[in-house]
Order: sequence, then C-alpha cells, then structure tokens
Amino acid sequence: MIDIHPLKSSIPEGPLAEKWDNYKFSARLVNPSNRKKFEIIVVGAGLAGASASASLGELGYNVKTFFIHDSPRRAHSIAAQGGINAAKNYANDGDSVYRLFYDTIKGGDFRAREANVYRLAQISNQIIDHCVAQGVPFAREYGGLLANRSFGGAQVSRTFYARGQTGQQLLLGAYGSLMKQVDQGKVTLYPYTEMLDLIVSEGHARGIVARDLVTGEVTIHTAHAVLVASGGYGNVFYLSTNAMNSNVTAAWRCHKRGAYFANPSFVQIHPTCIPQSGEHQSKLTLMSESLRNDGRVWVPLKKEDSRLPQDIPEEERDYYLERIYPAFGNLVPRDVASRQAKFQVDQGRGVGVSGEAVYLDFTQALRNQGIKGIREKYGNLFSMYERITGENPYKTPMRIFPAVHYTMGGLWVDYDLQSTVPGLFVLGEANFSDHGANRLGASALMQGLADGYFIAPATVGNYLAGLKEESLNLEDCERAKRETEDRLTKLLNLKGSQSVDQIHRKLGRILWDFSGMIRSENSLKKALEQVRSLRQEFWNEAVVPGQNDYKNQELEKAGRVADFLELGEILIRDALIREESCGCHFREEYQTQDNEALRNDENFSHVTAWEWSEENKWREWREPLSFLKVKPSQRSYK
Amino acid sequence: MNFKLKIWRQKASEQNGKFQTFRVQNISPDTSFLEVLDLVNEELVLDKKEPVAFEHDCREGICGSCGVMINGEPHGPGKGVTTCQLYMREFKNNQEIYIEPFRAKAFSVIRDLIVDRSAFDRVQQSGGYISVNTGSAPSANALPVSRENAGRAFSAATCIGCGACVASCKNASASLFVSARLAHFSLLPQGKAEQDKRVLKMVAQMDREGFGACSHTGSCFAACPKEISLENIARMNRSWTKAVLRKRQGSNS
Ligand SMILES: Cc1cc2nc3c(=O)[nH]c(=O)nc-3n(C[C@H](O)[C@H](O)[C@H](O)COP(=O)(O)OP(=O)(O)OC[C@H]3O[C@@H](n4cnc5c(N)ncnc54)[C@H](O)[C@@H]3O)c2cc1C
Ligand code: FES
Repeated sequence: MIDIHPLKSSIPEGPLAEKWDNYKFSARLVNPSNRKKFEIIVVGAGLAGASASASLGELGYNVKTFFIHDSPRRAHSIAAQGGINAAKNYANDGDSVYRLFYDTIKGGDFRAREANVYRLAQISNQIIDHCVAQGVPFAREYGGLLANRSFGGAQVSRTFYARGQTGQQLLLGAYGSLMKQVDQGKVTLYPYTEMLDLIVSEGHARGIVARDLVTGEVTIHTAHAVLVASGGYGNVFYLSTNAMNSNVTAAWRCHKRGAYFANPSFVQIHPTCIPQSGEHQSKLTLMSESLRNDGRVWVPLKKEDSRLPQDIPEEERDYYLERIYPAFGNLVPRDVASRQAKFQVDQGRGVGVSGEAVYLDFTQALRNQGIKGIREKYGNLFSMYERITGENPYKTPMRIFPAVHYTMGGLWVDYDLQSTVPGLFVLGEANFSDHGANRLGASALMQGLADGYFIAPATVGNYLAGLKEESLNLEDCERAKRETEDRLTKLLNLKGSQSVDQIHRKLGRILWDFSGMIRSENSLKKALEQVRSLRQEFWNEAVVPGQNDYKNQELEKAGRVADFLELGEILIRDALIREESCGCHFREEYQTQDNEALRNDENFSHVTAWEWSEENKWREWREPLSFLKVKPSQRSYK
Repeated sequence: MNFKLKIWRQKASEQNGKFQTFRVQNISPDTSFLEVLDLVNEELVLDKKEPVAFEHDCREGICGSCGVMINGEPHGPGKGVTTCQLYMREFKNNQEIYIEPFRAKAFSVIRDLIVDRSAFDRVQQSGGYISVNTGSAPSANALPVSRENAGRAFSAATCIGCGACVASCKNASASLFVSARLAHFSLLPQGKAEQDKRVLKMVAQMDREGFGACSHTGSCFAACPKEISLENIARMNRSWTKAVLRKRQGSNS
C-alpha cells in the first residue's frame, strides 16, 4: 500500500493567472532594516544560484555563496547553447503567456504542476527585460530590436539567443550582478568549496558542512535558510552532455537529511549529440537543438546501407520525422525525436561506422540561405562539429545520436520552491518543478533564472519573515561535521584495484542499457540487481589515492560517484513503479500502436516523491496532479 | 600514436616543482588531449599513485577551466581552440610534449597544472557589470541596439576567462581580458552610464593584482582561444585616458 501523503504543494488561491500576484500580495515581508540580520546560504553559482545570490544581496540579506568551481563563471550553465524562451510575442505569431504555459505543460506530457508552470510563463518576460538591462548581447534584427527563433516543441518563435552561446551570456550577466553584490559586501563567495552535508536543527535547515577543495578543511556554516542550486544529475549515466563536474552530491545529502527526491527517472535524452567515437571518450557533445530548425533528419530507407550520404538519392532516404509528424516535422519535442532515432537504429537503418547515428542534413538550408546565412546562425556549432569529428558539415550531413542531457527529476519542492525540509529551498535544475516528464528546449535557462531572480527572493522572504527565533543546536552542527569527516576517511581508506572512473563507467552502462531511452520491467529489474552489486563493488574494490589535505580530485570524484550509486537505485525503482509511458519515460509495455508513449492518467497522474528512510531504503509518496485549465490529452505532434 | 609527455608536477604553491616523464602508447589520433591525461591518470590511480591535477569541466571550449602550456604555447598548437578542444591528430607520432601550468605572478600554482585565477574575479568585482537591480529593468525592446554594435559587444563578451592571454604575455598582462570585458559594456547603450568609473576601477584593480603592462606584442591575441580582438585594448586605453581627463575636469570645476 502506498500512503497518499499530503505533500503540501502550497498552491495559492485564485484563478491560475492571479495566483502569483495573490501570493506576492499575501506573502509576509521582511522589513528592509531587518534583512541584514538574516544569513542565507546559496549552494551553486550557475544561473539559478548566481541570480538568487545577486537578487537576495540586492534586497539586503547577508548571502554566502558556495560552489565547487574556482569562479562562478565556470558553472555548467555556461555551456547552454540554443536560447531562452519568453512569451513576448515579438514575432507577432500568436504567442502569449497562456500558450507558453500550455506548450510547457503539454511538452511535459501532463506530469508538471499547473500553477508553477503558469507562473514560469508569466515571469519569462521579466527575465528578458532584466537580462537586456544587464547588457546580455542577444541577437538583434537590423532595426536594432531583439531577434527570435523557434525551438523544438514549439510552433512559435519565442526563443531569445546569443548566437550559440546563450548560456554563457546569461551567466556572465548574472555573474556581473553577483560580483557587484560581492563588491558591496552583501555576498561572500566560497569558491572551490563543496557542500557535503545539510545541517538540520529543530526540524529546520540551518546550514551546511562544506569542504575546501584546495586545503581539504571541513567547516560548518550556519544560516537562517539554505538554497540549493547545484544543477542536475545527468552524469549518473557517466556519459552525458553535462560538464564533467556536474553531480548530485549537494542534492543527495539534502535528500538523506529529509528532502524528498521527486521523479528521479525523468531524464531527458537529447536527440542531437555527436555520437560516441570510442571507449576512451569522457563526455558527449551536444549539437544545439536549434539546428533542427534548418537541418533535416533522415536515414537510408534500405537497411545497413553503406553508401556515402551524397550517393543516396532523395527517393531512397527516409525523412522519418517529417513523414511521421507532418505538423511539427523536425521540430518535435526531444523525447519524440530521440526515441524515433533509436527506433531507426534498432531497425538497422543507423548510419556511420557504428551504425548508431542518423543524419542531420543542411543541404536544403544551405541552398536556400547560402553558406553565409548558415554560418551566421550556426557557425560555432559547425566548427565544433568539424573539430570533433574531422568532417565538414557544410559539405556532408552531420551524424547525430541521442545522449543524456537534462534531468527533470530532482528534489521535491512546493510552490515556494521549498523542499520537505523547512528552510531548504531548491532552485534550477536541482529541483523537479516545472518540466514534468520532458523539458522543452530553451526552458531550463528560463526556469533557472525565474527561480533565482524572481521566485526565491519572494518566497524566501516569506519564510524568513515567519521564522520564529529558533535555537540552533550546536550538537547538530558538530554531528554533521563528524559524519562528513568519517565519510571522507572511509573513502580515503579505499585501496582496492578499480579506479572510481571504471566503476562510474559501469554504472553508466547499466543505466543506459536498461534504464535509458526504452525501459521494461525486465530490463529495470536487471538494472536494479546490477546497481546494487556495483555499489558493493565500489566499497570493496575502488581505489582512492592520496590524502585529504590538498586538492585531491580523485577524492572529490569518489564522493560523487558514491552518491550516484545510491541515486542510481532510486532512479531505476522510480522507472519500475511508473507503469505507464510519459514524456521521456518510455516503458516498452505501454505504447500505442504507432509506438507513441501511452500515458495512464487514471493511475499515474502524480509526482512520485521518495523519502530516504534508512540506508538505501526508501518510502514512496505521491503528490496528485490536477489539471484545471488544460485537459490532458494524448500528445500529438502529427 | 605514441608520445612522450613531460608533465609539470608541483605539490603546492610554496613547493618546488619538476617535470615527470610519462610514455603513452597506442593512442588514436581522435583522442582528445585531456583524454590522454585521463589515461595517464587512470594508470597512476591503479598504481595507487597521485594522479596529475588539472582543471577542466565543460570539455567543449566554453567554461574556460582548462588551459595549460603545451610546448610553450597556451592551449597548445592550433588557432582558436582551448586545451580541451585539442586532438592528438595535431601532434606528430613520437613527439615529446611538455605540459606546464599557466605561469604568471598573479596566477600561483595550486597543484600540478592548476593555477589560481581568482584575480580575474576580483577585477570583475571592481566594476565588470552594469548596475541594475532585479525588477527595475525597462521593457527589453525599449532600447534598440544596432545589430552591428550588439554583434561587436557579443564578440568581446565571448571571452572565457581562461587566462591564456596572461600566460602568453612576457609582461603577464591581463589587458586583453580586461579590455574585452570593458568593450562588451561600452559598446552597448546600457553600459554608458558607468563607463568612466568602470574603466578606472577595473584598470586599477588589474594593476593591483600584479598583472603587467601591455607588451604590445600581440601574443595574447595569438594565444586567445576565442580570438578576442586587439582593438579592445586600444579602445580600453582611449576610454581610460578620457575617463582620467574627465575626472580631472570634474574635480577642477
Ligand atoms: C550542453 C548543454 C546545452 C544546454 N543548452 C540549453 C539551452 O540552450 N537552453 C536551455 O534552456 N537550457 C539548456 N541547457 C540546460 C541548462 O543549461 C541547465 O539546465 C542549467 O544551466 C542549469 O543551471 P543551474 O543553475 O541549475 O545549475 P548549474 O549551472 O549546473 O550550476 C551548478 C552550480 O552548483 C555548484 N555546485 C554543484 N555541486 C555543488 C556542491 N556539492 N557544493 C557546492 N557547489 C556545488 C557548481 O559549482 C555550480 O556553480 C543545456 C544544457 C547542456 C548540458
Ligand atoms: S574544459 Fe571548459 S573550456 Fe576547456
């Protein structure tokens, strides 16, 4: 039996369009002169963490910002390429807040919370205003006004972009605002510092235990609220498009201190990545989805066709996305595009040496727009492709294949972005909030910045204003610190015969093969067994060289992989109990006749939130989802 | 392919370092440079020895974390690439490859190939932003920006803060880095209001951090993986002079 627990989503009263205003009106406020009495810890300085730190600093709070990189500007957000959505309707093509909301709910396959998503769409426009004011050099039209393009899963042009480097430009904007607050003395930065535990005292999040990655020193930091914005956990698959240091550790340690983990199996596999070329490969490279605006996806009609792409005549090619989805064509959402690529490959129509790829072809676009036009839009992506593969995409079609990219799952949060631990807020990719079972392109940047610039400053203030003078129990701090140190010692005592990377690669292989793009009860059960034994293997056979008291990158990795090995189990179990297909989660047993995801709204219209009860034992909770505005329908992009 | 790697090993900033030799064999030309370091490290780890510390994250040339001297060149051979975008096909079989940290007075060694580049953050902190508090921005299209200027601002803003410019310069000057930040803002109407203050503060901070004066050799441009233009330095010098003059006039009147 599963308990239907009142996971309180705290959605404000009123019609959907008025909820956020109602919230802000009824929220408690902290008097400006009192704000300096409050200390806030922010973990992470990517888009979500940097924007939150800057905004809270501007309001007058004392902010301490922790990150594992040497500088905020190195956060994984820097790598986002394609763009950021907003409902400005500058293109006059019928966009609106409602349409952005609707597209996001539908794109997420009706597994996200309506109220949160509506608020996100509302805030989207303010984000663009703010970023432009910060000097983010978005692409512009000849008249000097902002340019837009369309992106996967949308039929309108609502994506703002800075060539293929939108994340970089947005992060530099947030970083600038953050550094200004540092200069003003409102924010203190803790670079090269890793959060290794959450301090919970008297039921409230009251601080963190952190390790200085250069000196190894473990320290206690207390605060009145803790905001975690530590990014996604895609690297649990070892190979992904995420930066090498992206990890789940901060979120996972919160989980073990009482924060529920929601929908861990919702992992986005991005359709357009450069295929893996060999065993030595350390990460996968994304080719921005914006390429699907002009590139056409195809495979040879004939199986195992070994001809060069240019030798395959038009009539012997299958532009399968255009064929199956005439309305959206190459712009179908990511989950659909990825799965179709896998179907083609599984049927033996894959291309390239490994046969694990499909073509993304620009011939037609080059003919229509000229090399210059294409270079202007995608120049850096084309050269990136050429550098990695040695092939020139102006001459021959790109080869692409899906890769793990983004995690919709994450720590469970309510409308306030507060986790199940009072005083612990979770922002950006680290939370589960807005994307349901599949995220639309250009929506993560929007969400991270909405969380950091606009939502957290309001909701954290509301929390702090209601905070009763709590006594912080110092023993809770000391205990957390001791446990962290014990754990580090345990890791340093690992002197087996396998490197941490070797074990991480094995974990990735299990998850990709059995819990990746297509899952089944059988495959998942196999995966579960294997991950459990791999976890044993780690603790028996891994090797961690060196000591604690200097920059020891193997020790850092070991701690993160140990957490991934625990997360892996719950990811698989989450996929196992969700006996339906929705968005990215495709269970072989649940599909329509034309291989589309078959949802089961009657039994699975809910968020699954996992509570860590004891060492690797979880309890399952459910937050039912109700759709008052949008009626869930079978998603169709045909 | 086979290579002889001579890698700089240094335990901490206050200790002396030295080169250690590694031989790697049977490397596919499609292997990336950092993946070769991964292989070296994996062997060291399995031998229960200390792996080579090096910084890296995105491995696609955008985060600016990586960056080492390879045979005396920041980010190694090849134009417009970072260390992580370098592939072994760029080297000759059996080549000897020297790998060292970026060296500069303002960048101390943390361990092996990792250096402390926090000076860049402090320069940024001194004025590398447009002051706008969240919530106070006007509507985005209220202020048109010519496509050309937006494009030039963007090009300056593509700097990844890796430090190659500093490492390449005989004076260890950070002029290219600082001027790129300044140009990004000064080319945009939003950035005009704080222009003088910004250039004065950032240049002063740059000096305080121990970066040298511009050597006028253009080595920074040659080393820059993002090919940031030298024009930015000229623009910085002009606006600094103007700002100084205006400041004097202001205090005289
Ligand atoms: C290649 C690529 C391209 C993308 N392109 C787009 C796009 O075009 N549009 C879009 O909307 N989205 C895109 N995304 C997704 C988007 O970039 C991310 O979801 C988003 O940037 C995440 O931001 P964040 O602030 O939540 O986390 P991150 O940017 O990952 O930041 C995490 C921060 O947490 C810190 N940290 C982590 N762990 C700890 C710890 N234990 N202790 C202390 N600090 C810690 C890190 O140092 C870092 O500062 C892309 C993603 C990838 C991989
Ligand atoms: S690792 Fe990010 S630029 Fe090289």
